[in-house]
Amino acid sequence: MTSWFQLASVFSMLSLLAVGGGSAVLPEMQTLLHQHFNFSQTEFVHAYSVGQLAPGPNMLAVLIMGEMIDGILGAFIVALAFFIPSSILCLYAGRLWTHIGDTPWRHCLQQALEPISIGLMCSGVYTIAKESLVNWQSCAVALVVGLLLLKTKINPVILILGAGLLGFLSAYVTS
Amino acid sequence: MAAKNSADTPKIALHQIFWQFLIVGAISFGGGIVAYLKELLVTRYRWVDSDEFIVLLSISQTMPGLNSVNIAILMGDRLRGALGAWAAAIGLLLPGGLIVMAIGILYGINSDHPMANHILGGVAAAAAALLATVTWNLGERTFKKRKSLALLVLTFVLMSIVKWPLYLVLGVVLPLALFIYRPTPASKTEAQP
Repeated sequence: MTSWFQLASVFSMLSLLAVGGGSAVLPEMQTLLHQHFNFSQTEFVHAYSVGQLAPGPNMLAVLIMGEMIDGILGAFIVALAFFIPSSILCLYAGRLWTHIGDTPWRHCLQQALEPISIGLMCSGVYTIAKESLVNWQSCAVALVVGLLLLKTKINPVILILGAGLLGFLSAYVTS
Repeated sequence: MAAKNSADTPKIALHQIFWQFLIVGAISFGGGIVAYLKELLVTRYRWVDSDEFIVLLSISQTMPGLNSVNIAILMGDRLRGALGAWAAAIGLLLPGGLIVMAIGILYGINSDHPMANHILGGVAAAAAALLATVTWNLGERTFKKRKSLALLVLTFVLMSIVKWPLYLVLGVVLPLALFIYRPTPASKTEAQP
């Protein structure tokens, strides 16, 4: 019961702090899940990473975290807590926003938020990278995948599955 | 607002909104949801025109929460009021949510297997690269301007190096950024995009 309440409060707070998208709250999410549920960094990065294999918004991975903490019910609570508060805010603030129309302050707010959200996304990259790039092999995989993503139009899911297969093969060959 | 809109746009049924967003939610593997939405709902079905889409997109990026979910909410509301908003958001999230749950349960069952760590090591390295390239592409403009780069670096340092809680980072950097980009008398006339 207490863990349901904690799950709901942690994820609804993250929902409202997710400035510039979901990956902006990755560092905070990792810290809070560790503090409240003793969720390890490895579990966090694994849950985030396998979540990238599904279609839809990339932050649906939060459902896996909820499932790992408290089963199907945990996932359900996280889904409601993470998606409803920001959506309600967006619905009503969006109406107000279109009602007021274009003001110089709207432009100012957009300009101010852009560097902050990219900065937070860089922190998100850092959170994931420092746990996943642990040896030269993983750095090499990330480098190759990154270059392919920048230079070609291969679907990221195929590259992620390929990298998983590579991990499997390398372990299979060495064992 | 919804009443005003229904006069100049054809009324689109709730189940149509739900269905189209469900399709995008089911096919958008590897991200890029906004591009799928634009292709399907602006270019093909013309539910909103592309100028309006850009306005909705910029609002969705300014609000907290996931951009893709926010734009679903705004488009749904524009088409069919609050019910339309929820139909769009639920449609977008449902397929991926179910698939992610299946993946999560598979992971839960197999996470003790020695092979799981090797596979997930590869998956995580690729996921890190994906997030890095998405950030790089989104931030291209921000990296090039001195003022915005300074704010970006400050945000990163406070969050990842000094390790402040997020509300504190936002509480300090946002007012600073608003001050830096505050509207000036000159920008009032030329700021229109």
